[in-house]
Amino acid sequence: MEIILSLGIAVLTGSGVWLLLRPRTFQVIVGLSLLSYAVNLFIFVMGWVRGGAAPFVSTRTIPDPAGFADPLPQALVLTAIVIAFATTALLLVVLLAARGLTGTDHVDGREPGQ
Amino acid sequence: MSQLAPHLVMLPILVPLVAGALLLVIDEPRHALKASVSVAAMLAVLVAAGALAARAGAPVTHVYSLGAWAAPMGIVLVADRLAALMVLLTAVLALAALLFALARWHRAGPQFHALLQFLVAGLNGAFLTGDLFNLFVFFELLLAASYGLALYGGGTPRVRASLHYIVINLAASLLFLVGVSLLYGMAGTLNMADLAVRLPKLSPEDRPLLEIGAATLAVAFLVKAGMWPLGFWLPATYSSSSAPAAALFCILSKVGIYALVRVWFVVFSEGPGAELIAYGGMATLVFGMAGMLSSPDLGRIASFSLVVSSGTLLATIGIGGSNVVAPALFYLVTSTLGTAALFLLAELIDRSRIPGANLLAVTAEAFRVEDEQEQPEELVGVLIPATMAVLSLAFACATLLIAGLPPLPGFLAKFSMMAAVLDSPRVAAGAWLLLALVVLSGLVAVIALARAGVRVFWADSGRVAPRVRLIEILPVAGLITGCLVLTVFAGPAMNYLTRAGDALHPPEDYIREVLRPR
Repeated sequence: MEIILSLGIAVLTGSGVWLLLRPRTFQVIVGLSLLSYAVNLFIFVMGWVRGGAAPFVSTRTIPDPAGFADPLPQALVLTAIVIAFATTALLLVVLLAARGLTGTDHVDGREPGQ
Repeated sequence: MSQLAPHLVMLPILVPLVAGALLLVIDEPRHALKASVSVAAMLAVLVAAGALAARAGAPVTHVYSLGAWAAPMGIVLVADRLAALMVLLTAVLALAALLFALARWHRAGPQFHALLQFLVAGLNGAFLTGDLFNLFVFFELLLAASYGLALYGGGTPRVRASLHYIVINLAASLLFLVGVSLLYGMAGTLNMADLAVRLPKLSPEDRPLLEIGAATLAVAFLVKAGMWPLGFWLPATYSSSSAPAAALFCILSKVGIYALVRVWFVVFSEGPGAELIAYGGMATLVFGMAGMLSSPDLGRIASFSLVVSSGTLLATIGIGGSNVVAPALFYLVTSTLGTAALFLLAELIDRSRIPGANLLAVTAEAFRVEDEQEQPEELVGVLIPATMAVLSLAFACATLLIAGLPPLPGFLAKFSMMAAVLDSPRVAAGAWLLLALVVLSGLVAVIALARAGVRVFWADSGRVAPRVRLIEILPVAGLITGCLVLTVFAGPAMNYLTRAGDALHPPEDYIREVLRPR
C-alpha cells in the first residue's frame, strides 16, 4: 500500500513538474493540477496510511485510537482541494484572457524568436 | 461594549469579509454607494486595528478561540503587539489606496472594492492567526484577491505579468502545503504554540524530515517575500499593476517576511538557516539595487526598492536574530509607507507625460475587449493648485524616506537597525558586509530616484502639468505625514516595537497564553 501510494505521488509530482516547466500555458495548468493531486495525496499520507480504519469515533464504546485513521489530514485535504479548484479556475480565465490579448499561448505572451 | 471587547480580534477579518460580500451584490453602476460602503468598512477596520494595537500585549497577549474550541484542538487567533502592528499598517495602507482609487481607478473595471476588502480580510487573517493551516487558508484568500487586483484595469502587460504571478504563487502554495503536512506528520499538531512545545521533544531520527518540512515552508514564505532567486516575478507584477493595487501590494511582500519571522522565532526558536536567510537577503539587496539603477520608469524603481527593503529585512534578521526585531519592524513600517507613497506618486507623475493621462491608453486596451465597461471619466472635482510643486515636494519626501536620509524616519530605522546588527553579530563577517550594502543601497536609491526626478521635474520637454485631484494627493500626503509623525514620536514607537520583539522571542509568554486552559 505504502509503495503504491508513494509511487503514485512520485509519478504525479514528476509529471507535474515537467509540465509546469513547459512553455505553453495549458501544459502549465495541467502540470499545476497534477502537482496539486500529488500534494493532496501527500497530505493524506502524512496522517499515516491505515487501511480499513474510520476517521471518526463511536460514542458507544471507548475506542482504541490505534484503530482509527487520523481525521485531520482528511479535513486539510478537503480544504486544499477546494482552494486548488478555485485557483485553477481563476488561472484558466487568465489563460484565456492572455490568449485573447497576446494571440499566443506561450507563457511569455510572445513566441520565442519574435 | 464590554461584552464585545473579547471579540475585537475578529473585527479586522470579519468586517472586510462581510463588506466585500455586500459589495459583490451591489450593482456595478452604483459607484457612490459602493464607495461609501467600502470607505465605511475600511474606517471600521482602521478603528478596530487601532484599538487592537492599543490593547495588544497589555497586560497579556490576546487569544481568541474560534468557536470556543480551546487550543491546541481548536483554531485560535492571537493578537500580540507584532500582529496588531501589522494589522494597523494594513489598515492605513488600504485606506490610502482606497481613497486614491476613489478619484478614478475604482471605475476602471468591475468589483474593485470587493477585491480590496477581501485582500484586507486575508491579510489581517494571516497576521492574526495562530495556526499554520489557517495561515495557509488566509494566504490563499489574500492571494486570490491579489490576483484579481493585479489584473485590475486589464491590458496586455497586466495579463502577461499576472499569469506569471499566479502560476508562481500557486506553485509556492503547493510547497506551503507540503511543508505544513510534513510538520503535521512529525509533530501531530499545527498550532504554532503547540508545535513550539512539541518540536524539541522529537526523536533525532525524525529531525531530518522535520527540517525538510521547515525548509519547504520557508521557501514558500520567501517566494512571497521576493527573496533572490525566488523573487523575479515581483518587479514585473507590481510595476504593471494599477497604482492603488501596487500601493497595497507593498504589504504583500511583507506578509512573507512576517510569516517567516513568526514561524522561525516562535515555532523553531531561531532554528537553523540563519546564514541562508542572511546571505539570501544580501543577494536580494544587490539584485534590487541593480534593478533600481537599470529601471527607466518610476513604477519599476518603486518595485525594485521593495525588493531592496525585503532584502534588507531578511539579511538584518538573519544576522541579528531576535535582537534586531524592533528596529527591523521600524524599518518595515517606514519602508512600506514610503514605497506605497512612491507607487501612488509614480502614477500621478506618469500622467504628466502625455496630455490627457496615459492611464486611459492602458485601460483602453482592456475596453476593446469589454466594451460594456464604463470608461474612467475625465477628471472633475477639486483640482489642486501648483501641481508640479506639490508633486515634486512629495517625491522628494518619498526619496528621502526610501533612501533612509534624515530627517525622515527611514534614517532612524536604518541607523538603529545597523547599530543593533553590529551589536549582536551571529554571522560576524556578514554584519560588516550588510552594513556596507545597506549604506550603498541608500546611495543607489538616491541616484535612481534623483535621476528619475530630474527627468520629470526639470526636463520639461513634452510634459504638461498633470491634473491631480485633491483626493489623489491626500493619501500620498497622509502616508508621508504618517512617517513624519513617526520621526517625532520615534521614542514611544520604538518602545512599542521593542516590546513586540521581546514578546516574539523567547516565545514562552506566547506559548503560555495560547495554551492556557480557558
